[in-house]
Amino acid sequence: MIGKKESVFHRIAKDWDLYLLLLPGFVWFLMFCYKPMVGLRTAFYDYNVFKGFKGSEFVGFANFKEFMGGPDFLRTVGNTLMIALYQMLICFPIPIVLAIAITEMRSKFVKKLTQTATFLPYFISVVVVCGMVMNFLSPSTGIVNLIRKQFGMDPIYFMVKPEYFRMIYTTMTLWQTAGFNAIVYIAALMGIDPQLYEAAIIDGAGKWKRIIHITLPSIIPTIVTMFVMNIGKMVKVGYESILLLYNPSTYPVADVISTYAFRVGIENGNYGLATAAGLFEALVALVLVTVANHISRKLTETSLW
Amino acid sequence: MRNDGKKQLLGKGERTFNISMNIIGVLISLLCLYPIIYVLSASFSKPLFVENGTVVLWPVGLTLDSYKEAFAKEGLWTAYGNTLFYTLFGVAVNMLFTTTMAYALSKKRLVARKFFTLFTVFTMWFNAGIIPLYMTFRDYGMLDTRSAILFGFAVNTYNLIILKSFFEQVPSSMEEAAFIDGASNFTIFTRIYLPLSKPALATVGLFYAVNRWNSYFWAMNLLTSDSKLPLQVLLKKLIVDRVANETEAAIVTASSTSSPTTVIYAIIIIAVIPMLVAYPFIQKYFKAGLTIGADKG
Repeated sequence: MIGKKESVFHRIAKDWDLYLLLLPGFVWFLMFCYKPMVGLRTAFYDYNVFKGFKGSEFVGFANFKEFMGGPDFLRTVGNTLMIALYQMLICFPIPIVLAIAITEMRSKFVKKLTQTATFLPYFISVVVVCGMVMNFLSPSTGIVNLIRKQFGMDPIYFMVKPEYFRMIYTTMTLWQTAGFNAIVYIAALMGIDPQLYEAAIIDGAGKWKRIIHITLPSIIPTIVTMFVMNIGKMVKVGYESILLLYNPSTYPVADVISTYAFRVGIENGNYGLATAAGLFEALVALVLVTVANHISRKLTETSLW
Repeated sequence: MRNDGKKQLLGKGERTFNISMNIIGVLISLLCLYPIIYVLSASFSKPLFVENGTVVLWPVGLTLDSYKEAFAKEGLWTAYGNTLFYTLFGVAVNMLFTTTMAYALSKKRLVARKFFTLFTVFTMWFNAGIIPLYMTFRDYGMLDTRSAILFGFAVNTYNLIILKSFFEQVPSSMEEAAFIDGASNFTIFTRIYLPLSKPALATVGLFYAVNRWNSYFWAMNLLTSDSKLPLQVLLKKLIVDRVANETEAAIVTASSTSSPTTVIYAIIIIAVIPMLVAYPFIQKYFKAGLTIGADKG
C-alpha cells in the first residue's frame, strides 16, 4: 500500500489521526516518566526544598559519596541482595513446581480448587496482607502465638526480632504471588505436544523421568523469559510491603535501598541524597536486566529484545 | 487424549502418584485459604474466644458487633467512596490513554514506530524513582489533588504492550476494506478494533481496576487531606499503624462483643469483599491476559 518513495511528511499527513491517537499517551510518558528522569539531576545538588534548583548548590558526586561511603550503604545493598536472593531461591522456583503439580492433578475439581485458592491472595492489597501478617504474629492476640501458648511455649514478638524478618517477608510474598506466577507456566505446560509423553510411556519412562526429560525442558524458554523479566523487579524488591512491615528494630535486616531512599527523601527531606540512592538502585537494576538478557540470548536463544 | 493413552499403562506407582497429587492439591488450597478463613471467622466471633485461642477455624460465640463498630469508624465510608471514585474514573483514564496509544503503536505504517515503542518499553527497565516522581507532581502543582491519582498513573507499560500485541493480531483485511470505504483511522479504531478486542479490553481493564483498588503508596504520599484518602491509606492507619504501636492494651472480658483485634479483622473483610465478589470474573479474564503477555514480542 505504501510506496517506497513516499515522503515522511506525506505518510504522516495521510494518517494524521493515527498520530492524534498516539499523542495523549506520548505526552503522558513525557510528563510522568521522562520529566522525572530530568529530575534525576537532584542527585547532583544539595537540594533545598524551598529554594529549588536555582537556590541549591551543585555538589557533583557528593551525594553519591555520602551514600556509598556511609554506614547505610553496605547495610542497604546487603539487605537488598539478601532479600532478592531469598526471592530468587524461593519465590521464583516454587511457582514452576506448583504449575507442574497442578497440570499433573488428575481430578478436575482439585485442579480447579488449587488454581483458584493459590491465585486468590494476589488480589488482596499489600496493606491488608501486611495487616494480616502483623495481626497473626502479634504477641498477645495473634493466632501464631496463641497456638504456641497452647503448646506451652512462650510467645515471640516476631515483628521486632531481626532473625525472623526475611522469612516472614518471603513467606508473605510467596503466598501472594505463587499462584499468579504459576499461570504463565501452566499455559506453557498445556502447549506441550502430548505425543512426546505417549512416546515416552511406550519407552517405559516413569512419571519422574517424564517430568525431568520432557516437561522441564519444554518450559525452559518460559522460565528464562520470566527470570529476565523479574530480575529487575527483584532488585527493586517490594518496598511497598517492607515499608509496612519493618520498624527500627528490624532495620538491620529489612532496610533496603528503596526504603532508605524513601525515609531520607520523603520523611527527612534530603532529596539529593535520596535521589542519588534511588539512581544507584535503578542503574543496578538496568545493568542486571541487560546482563541477564544477554546471557539468556547466548544460552537459550530466548531474549526480551 | 493423553489420558486414554495412559490408562491401560497405569502402574501401581503411577496410581499412587495421582492420588498423592490430589491430596497435595487439597492441602495447598487449604493452606492458601486458611488466613482468609481465619480472619472471616475471627471477625464474627466474640473477642474472648479469639484472644484465648479458641477460634481456629470456625467462629465461636457468633456476633456482628465487630462489624457494627467497624462501620462506625470515622472516615471509613468516605474512604470507601473515594476508592470507588479513583477506581471508576481512574480506569476510564487508564483505558483512554492506553488503548489509543496501543492502537497507534500496533500499526506498522506509523513513522518512527521503533522509536516510539522503545520510548515506552524503556520505562519498564529504567525509571527515575520515588523522589523525582514526587517532585514532578509538586512541580505540576498536583500535590493533594485527586487528578494526581487519576492522571499520574494513566499508563502501565505492561498493559500497553498486552493491548498492542492484541491489536496486531487483528487481521489487516478488515482495516483495508474499511479504508476503501473511506473510513478514517479514528473510525476504524472505534468501530472495528475496539468492539473486536472486548476480551483483551476486559482483561486490561481488570488489571487496572485491581491495581487502582489495592494501591496505597502514592496516595499516601501525594494526598494530605483526609477527605481525599482512598480506603487503602485509611486501612494502613487502622490496621498496620495500630498493631505496629501496640499501645492500646485492650481489656477483653467474657462479655465483650468486640475488641480492637476483632474490629480490625472485620475491617479487613469489609475491604476485601469487593475483590472476593469480583474474583470469578477476574480469574477468568486475568488468565487470558497473562498468557497474551507471556508471548509478547
